[in-house]
Amino acid sequence: MIQPFLISALVLLICILLAALRVILGPTVPDRVVGLDTINTLVIVSMILFGSAYRESIYIDTAIVYALLSFVTTIIIAKYLEGGKI
Amino acid sequence: MIEILVYAFLIIGLTFNLLASIALLRFPDVYTRLHGGTKCTTFGSIFLCGSVIIYNLREWLLTSSPSPLIMSIHTFIALVAILITNPTGAHAIARAAHRSGIMPARAVVDDLKKDREGER
Amino acid sequence: MKAFIVTSLVAFLVYLILTAGSGNLWLWSYEELLFGLMTASLIGYLSRRIFVKGNYRMLNPKRWILAIAYFIGPFFIAMARANLDVAYRVITGRIRPGIVRISPNLKTDLGITMLANSITLTPGTLSVDVDDQTNDLYVHWINVKEPALKKKPRDYRYVCGTFPDWVRRIAE
Repeated sequence: MIQPFLISALVLLICILLAALRVILGPTVPDRVVGLDTINTLVIVSMILFGSAYRESIYIDTAIVYALLSFVTTIIIAKYLEGGKI
Repeated sequence: MIEILVYAFLIIGLTFNLLASIALLRFPDVYTRLHGGTKCTTFGSIFLCGSVIIYNLREWLLTSSPSPLIMSIHTFIALVAILITNPTGAHAIARAAHRSGIMPARAVVDDLKKDREGER
Repeated sequence: MKAFIVTSLVAFLVYLILTAGSGNLWLWSYEELLFGLMTASLIGYLSRRIFVKGNYRMLNPKRWILAIAYFIGPFFIAMARANLDVAYRVITGRIRPGIVRISPNLKTDLGITMLANSITLTPGTLSVDVDDQTNDLYVHWINVKEPALKKKPRDYRYVCGTFPDWVRRIAE
């Protein structure tokens, strides 16, 4: 039962590569931020899958912290794009 | 029986996450890309986390050691964090994109642009 | 004082959930409980003015039961439909986008936040901006329907169904 989680994490890696293509191609800055936001969510989910595959709950704690920090990052980039004070 | 449920959840979640990545590449402008990127990743994450929670709950019932139970509780908290932060972040990006002057491509109607021009 | 107690209790609950299974005092160890109580009261003292704004209507358990029913029932069904809809549009590429203004007549910040997040996760819509004075929402709509464009204050039933009624019952 360990293998399916690892294979799913591998498929998520392909998704991350596709989203990274949008970060590289994206004509405008918000396009790149959308790609980055998607990559963040995918990384959180693959961390959870890894934690379940290796039976280490520390991966999942890291995923919680990563989720909250990536949210702060997105908000601050959006604030910067708006042109307001950070 | 439960293993089939776990497999089914994994497949549904992976399908929607792949769909999100394809949506990012196929749609024409920022707003439509946000549609794909936010909705599909959130829905896919619900199913992937659900499979992890179900698998660990079954482990807990079989072995009755506390560590799988801890893992499923923490996965649930991570899922709640994703559910709250993902749409809020999408809203912030959409608002910033509109204020920095990127208009929706092929738009039929744009009330916000009209209202903001009326203010000036 | 009441704000301090409510905030620290919520913080302590989150701490307890995160450290479950650390010892043998039922599920927690003695040190964890003591440290959690200290941290929770510090957080409650520092942030009592940010989270609680002199209105304790969310302490009513009826609102929480309604909220859970809302998330499991109509919200989840709408979300599943939203994803199938996006899948259809990704494959066929058939879109007709536009930004419309709707007035759901909600008054509180919590209500408008909940409605905006629900709109973002449900079929074909994405909240873009909020009018601060009137609490009107600007919604990016991926497939604009013709009958919704006729009247000037747009009918919100075309955009988000009965969600504003649910949110009004839960948060106001």
